[in-house]
Amino acid sequence: MDEILDDIDRWRAAGQRVAVARVVDIEGSGPRDPGAAMAVNQEGEVAGSVSGGCVEGAVVGEALELLGGGRGPGITTFGYSDDEAFAVGLTCGGTIHLFVEELDW
Amino acid sequence: MSGAAGIYEAFRDAIRAEEPVALATIIDGPDAGALPETHPRAGTASDGHPQAGAKLLVLPDQPTLGTLGDPDLDRVVERDALGMLDAGISEVRHYGQHGEARQMDLSVFVECHARRPHMVIFGAVDFTRALASQAKLLGYRVTVCDAREVFATKRRFPMADEVVVDWPNRLLDRIGDDLGPRDAVCVLTHDHKFDVPAIVGALPTRVGYLGAMGSRTTHEKRTERLREAGVSDEELERVMAPIGLDIGGRTPEETAVSIVAEIIAAHTGRQAPRLKDGKGRIH
Repeated sequence: MDEILDDIDRWRAAGQRVAVARVVDIEGSGPRDPGAAMAVNQEGEVAGSVSGGCVEGAVVGEALELLGGGRGPGITTFGYSDDEAFAVGLTCGGTIHLFVEELDW
Repeated sequence: MSGAAGIYEAFRDAIRAEEPVALATIIDGPDAGALPETHPRAGTASDGHPQAGAKLLVLPDQPTLGTLGDPDLDRVVERDALGMLDAGISEVRHYGQHGEARQMDLSVFVECHARRPHMVIFGAVDFTRALASQAKLLGYRVTVCDAREVFATKRRFPMADEVVVDWPNRLLDRIGDDLGPRDAVCVLTHDHKFDVPAIVGALPTRVGYLGAMGSRTTHEKRTERLREAGVSDEELERVMAPIGLDIGGRTPEETAVSIVAEIIAAHTGRQAPRLKDGKGRIH
């Protein structure tokens, strides 16, 4: 979270809505520990990361869907156990669980 | 943007000030995945029961901010979050709707920003310089302490956060209560005059790692003196000596790696080959 605070402040000061995705759990190998976070503003700008670059693109999609009202706050999972494993997966073979929500608190 | 409780601002400010803070968020429960249409203020628990996104901010010795939607749940999660802050763990915990243990209704992610772990190094020697640098690399706040003021200078240890000229027992009298499971005390003095008060002073603290440098012969002699000072066998077991993992390190830099590796293994509970457990040459 530390490294994304400056961007979040800047976006919020500019009146942008912001979604945050945080790693809450990992199974097997995972590149980032619980607490790793990524923020996405309504224009699709990104700060931080939640993996080694494997799933960030898909997280932007989830974040924009959330900000657009297409989904509520909740857990999104990426990894081999996921149905979308062929589309988006972790090259290390692990599974990560992210909590995606709007930063409206 | 609600900002009613200003949870984000308080969270952000604590992180920036490097003050310990834990943010608990309900991430899964009966209402998880609900669309914003169903819960236009998702996360605020406005209808008085726990729902995904609800938050409780926990700061030691301060009132909490926000709510997870149930006062009993808040109380239990606050208690657990303080324990997790102490240990520096961020993870998901499960509770019942009112904070019941051994129930799985709610998943709560507790994100902990603990204060930096503290390493206290006794002895202003060459090994100290390498260990202090290595500890900084791992994110420790580093204190170097030696009673000899010609050696304990900021110029010799520019990487240290503080350099203290004092006797080990006196420094530990002052800061011992603040040491916890994530902290480390490393005794590198090689001199019983300083080693013994450092170890005797560190043993009553909650420090997670206590190591002392020296050959096996040095440690045998030191052990005798510690016993004379009233240290029990059980307490002696806590002292990692000779300090470090058995990787054959010889230079100060190599030794520093073996020490921090032993500290990491102590935290993770892994069975790495410790010099303490072996009998052979240490390098």
